[in-house]
Amino acid sequence: MFLAKVHVSLKPTVNDPQGLTIAHALGRLDFDSVDSVRAGKYFEVKIDSTDQSAAEADVKSMCEKLLANPVIETFTYELESI
Amino acid sequence: MKFGIVVFPGTWSEKDTHHAVNGVLGQDAEYIWHGDEALDQYDAIVLPGGFSYGDFLRCGAIARFSPVMEAVRNFADKGGPVVGICNGFQVLCESGLLPGVLMRNDHLEFRCIWTDLKVENDTTMFTSTATKGQTLHIPMSHGEGNYQADEATIEKLEGNGQVVFRYADAAGNVTPEINPNGSINNIAGIINERGNVMGMMPHPEKASEKLIGGDDGNVIFKSMIENIVATLA
Repeated sequence: MFLAKVHVSLKPTVNDPQGLTIAHALGRLDFDSVDSVRAGKYFEVKIDSTDQSAAEADVKSMCEKLLANPVIETFTYELESI
Repeated sequence: MKFGIVVFPGTWSEKDTHHAVNGVLGQDAEYIWHGDEALDQYDAIVLPGGFSYGDFLRCGAIARFSPVMEAVRNFADKGGPVVGICNGFQVLCESGLLPGVLMRNDHLEFRCIWTDLKVENDTTMFTSTATKGQTLHIPMSHGEGNYQADEATIEKLEGNGQVVFRYADAAGNVTPEINPNGSINNIAGIINERGNVMGMMPHPEKASEKLIGGDDGNVIFKSMIENIVATLA
């Protein structure tokens, strides 16, 4: 069994009103050191497999097909054996 | 002619669409459940508004993989007319049938308001009964209608006349102030290069009778009917 930890984030060129609003709110809470915030998504996907390279190929494919929209998002993932 | 109106779990504008094309404009119309795969009996497909699959993950992202969308893709590939409204526009973008993406409104609010849409292209099968430059008074109701695409795509859309509607004031002025969601270049609706797939965020089916605030939405369905009936004859 593997656990894939997938992070999906907006491409740097894409405007992120949620991130801007959160950054603004942090400023109101006196976190003056906050330079910027980008909001993203995090998924934990359990994969029932004993073959690490097959599991990794699956994770990559599910990111490309569904978890991220390549028009505006990029993804990274880590795979750990559980 | 016969309209097919696709219903996903979470779609909520299918009855208004049925009322507009059948009740008001007198055409045959049937609902198509998201698991159906046979679309041959329809002359046009409407993907109505709503929150398909709860808008989970991204709006339109799950609907894209439903069986009916494979059929809609085949229908469109054969040149069949498809219009996606609001959530339907989002589904078309997620499916790659239209370029770009609808992101969260720049002010993060859900806006349910009447808008004025400037007709930028009156040569499409969806706008042929309109006149270029005229405005259509049609409501919008969405939290994620902020149209974005990369620079090359926008340039191509603009250059090809694929931007069909822009948010404007009642006089047709397209200004940043009137932009209700942050869409690039005030884009409210686009069409594919072939001219048979259109997506728009505002709801023409909710502007089908004067009694409910206006009937400008009929321009879109009337254009479709006129053009499609002509090909059937």
